Amino acid sequence: MTQNATDPQTLAASQPAEESGSARARVSATRLLRTLLRNGKAVAGLSILLAFIILALLAPALFPGDPSRITSAGASAPSMEHWLGTTSKGQDVLGLTLWGARSSLFVGFAAGILSTIVGVLVGLSGAYFGRGLDEVLSLVTNVFLLVPGLPLLVILAAFMPPGLGTVIVVLMITGWAGSARVMRSQAMSIRGKDYVAAALVSGERPLRIMVREMLPNMASVVMTTLLGCIIGSIGAQAGLEFLGLGDVNTISWGTNLFWATSDGSLMLGQWWIFVPSGLAIALVAFALALCNYAVDEITNPRLRRPKHATKSTAATTVVRKEEK
Amino acid sequence: MSFLLRRLGFYLLAFWASITLNFLLPRLMPGDPVTRMLSRSQQRLEPQQVEALRTLMGVDGGPIIPEYFGYLSRVLTGDFGMSISRFPTPVSEVIASQLPWTLLLGLTSLIFAVILGNLLGILAAWRRGGFLDSVAPPLLVFIGSFPYFWLAMGALYIFGINMGVAPMRHAFSVGLVPGFNLEFILDVAAHLVLPALTIVLVSLGGWMLGMRNTMIATNSEDYILMAEAKGLRPHRIMLNYAARNAMLPSVTSMGMSIGFIVGGALLTEVVFAYPGVGYQLLGAVQGLDYPLMQGMFLTITAAVLIANFLVDLVYVRLDPRVRKG
Amino acid sequence: MSVPVLEVQDLTVEYVSDERAVRGADRVSFAIHSGEIFGLAGESGCGKSTIANSIMRLLKDPARITHGKILFEGQDVLGMDEAELRAWRWNNVAMVFQSAMNSLNPVTRIGEQFVDVIRTHRGGTRAAAVQRAEELLTMVRIDPARLRAYPHQLSGGQRQRIVIAMACALNPRLLILDEPTTALDVVVQQEILEQIRELQSELGFAILFITHDMSLMLELSDRIGIMYGGRIVELAPAPSLRHGSKHPYTQALLGAFPPLHGPKVKLTGLAEGTRFTNIKDLRQVGEGHWVAPTQAPVLTQGELP
Repeated sequence: MTQNATDPQTLAASQPAEESGSARARVSATRLLRTLLRNGKAVAGLSILLAFIILALLAPALFPGDPSRITSAGASAPSMEHWLGTTSKGQDVLGLTLWGARSSLFVGFAAGILSTIVGVLVGLSGAYFGRGLDEVLSLVTNVFLLVPGLPLLVILAAFMPPGLGTVIVVLMITGWAGSARVMRSQAMSIRGKDYVAAALVSGERPLRIMVREMLPNMASVVMTTLLGCIIGSIGAQAGLEFLGLGDVNTISWGTNLFWATSDGSLMLGQWWIFVPSGLAIALVAFALALCNYAVDEITNPRLRRPKHATKSTAATTVVRKEEK
Repeated sequence: MSFLLRRLGFYLLAFWASITLNFLLPRLMPGDPVTRMLSRSQQRLEPQQVEALRTLMGVDGGPIIPEYFGYLSRVLTGDFGMSISRFPTPVSEVIASQLPWTLLLGLTSLIFAVILGNLLGILAAWRRGGFLDSVAPPLLVFIGSFPYFWLAMGALYIFGINMGVAPMRHAFSVGLVPGFNLEFILDVAAHLVLPALTIVLVSLGGWMLGMRNTMIATNSEDYILMAEAKGLRPHRIMLNYAARNAMLPSVTSMGMSIGFIVGGALLTEVVFAYPGVGYQLLGAVQGLDYPLMQGMFLTITAAVLIANFLVDLVYVRLDPRVRKG
Repeated sequence: MSVPVLEVQDLTVEYVSDERAVRGADRVSFAIHSGEIFGLAGESGCGKSTIANSIMRLLKDPARITHGKILFEGQDVLGMDEAELRAWRWNNVAMVFQSAMNSLNPVTRIGEQFVDVIRTHRGGTRAAAVQRAEELLTMVRIDPARLRAYPHQLSGGQRQRIVIAMACALNPRLLILDEPTTALDVVVQQEILEQIRELQSELGFAILFITHDMSLMLELSDRIGIMYGGRIVELAPAPSLRHGSKHPYTQALLGAFPPLHGPKVKLTGLAEGTRFTNIKDLRQVGEGHWVAPTQAPVLTQGELP
């Protein structure tokens, strides 16, 4: 096997029909997308997500002006005028929630995407170059995985100048390690494939091999990692802002919850102030999780649920067609 | 043995990295951190407080290397400086009074979540497509999508404020003297139920699905088929053969998730005014108590690393393959 | 003739998916008599292992037995319920799996896995079960102290011997060996075969031996069935198969492996692109020799380099 792989002639002769890594991946990526759209979980998840994105984009049109301005007497329960009621300061809760979606989704997606990119870079280069570099990168990855995320978030956010950029960078710093670990193990298995060996002996540059041959074949893992990172970022952002470490002047789901607690609406029984933002976070995270499980199910058919309940140790079924 | 030594070395390295990060962070930020902090601080700080901050942040200058070693030795002897918000109490004292509550909440939730989640996962995988396998995963994933603290708010609202069946705040009733007696223990347990329950609920889905998926992979192993051919009873195969092996990745990920659970515990404490590190954290953030934040970070990191080492000890008991080299 | 240990009649196994059903075994019939070594040979995917696993009813969804009978000493295996099946397995038929390397539970001691099976079927004290396990290990020439070992501490050959010893634990009437030596090197292979022969003459069980390696097969088996595409194409006593095989596929298989002993021979195989379809039922052509009739020119002979 390894002998074959290093000899270009044998390779060419033995696998005439073997496509290059990128060609195979392109086929599998479109197939993945098509099966995804036939999967109920994926469709449900994508629909919820799309609905939130549209609402976030429409927020300035639906609630023009500063959403945190005071529009009525404080802490009124939901009514025709204010569908979700008002905060104890007299701001419209629905407006705050929709405007909050803008920053929450933006920060969540931005930090999630950045974490995934860092994870891919670290994982790929570690797996590709191996040896010393891999050892160092793995060590750093494992350290970051082990250090508890929230306390790290807190000290980073506390010392860096406040603002949206800081939140994103801080979330990225605490979020990349998980994806790097998954990427590395996936890239390691692809590194051993014949088409990577073929690209190596044909003299392609490392960067090209990594980006054109290896990365496309990790599409589904990159996808699940990305979704996971976004979920993590949205949750971590909310936690950070809930502690008052975000920018308390921007409107997001996390800061809405921060104000809800610091205004004491929970203790006063004003449920409508804290329910919408939390529910929104949960729905977005759930939608992303649904997409994630859909990708998992498609790429790992064993996880799919069988149509009929089956016990693992059941004996072989006997169906005698001819006799009954 | 060498496995444990390697892990121990790694944890020491991780702890050293955390200390170094703590040391460098205020020094790497542009400008003079103390002045910036003072401008952000609403309340007036005593000159002594400012002085304590200046030494911690290294504003007074001096060569960085000796300063670093000074910092290292101070941290390793448990000296994290003075708390700003509770001046002049040393940070270590503030943390020492709160850490036990966080550990109690975190460990209780972790143990319940792990045991319950793994059991559910084993059963779901054992009867694929059955009731448990169909209903529990989507439900738990949905519950798991809520932020810890929001679920805590909801639980507090419903059980504490509306129904009045759960204690509203703190770890034990006002007026009760802490002591090792039944009354106090029961009271602590009653205060623990709701915070722990929210953490367990949020993390349950992850454990269950993880265990379910490894069980499914394990079920196609040859030793399971052989156990069936041996005519063993199903529950014996399920526990001694399938679950016993599927548990190993679960134990590994336990180490990893301790950090998450602690994070969840910190936020949950804020909601329930549970007197642990997390509740103090909110005060530290509002009071710009940087020494306290740093001290908490290091203490919690140390706790998580120790917990990981304990998990490794368990793992070595469970997997004979790592016992020797 | 007395009742055979195992009788398989017209056994059909289908793998059913939403779109279609694939036949893993198609109207397969054979019988194994007491103390006999019956071999089942054929290329990978021809249905050998499907047969082996369906005899013990170990095949999982989506596999289904759709036709035929499996009789063990006259007892209907396909009619057994779960409890009967559990009591019957290993007590009467034991099996050594294709990858016996992985058929031991990696996290429990060897001894525990012996005790497990002995006490499940025979009851008795733990000490008695351990003693029986020690006897069994001695029988396969492994130090009984190794009962305290974990599978990963043993070599491939040792693990295989242990699985074989475990298979003999309850004195079964039939032992199914599904490619028992595939993962082992040639020297160990020979040792294991020797071991199996020895145990068989000592304990007198019948063997269903499955392999794709014709040299091993001819060396060990009394009678041999050749499988192709889920069907048996030839069934004969080993000597008549060796010297007078009738089916072209059998001839090709025989030509593809060097004999274990004797002079070098030129290897021949099945010509590129040769396929057999629509295989007919067996017809008797000699004493105990059955073969599926073939239409003449399916095989293009001697074209391999």
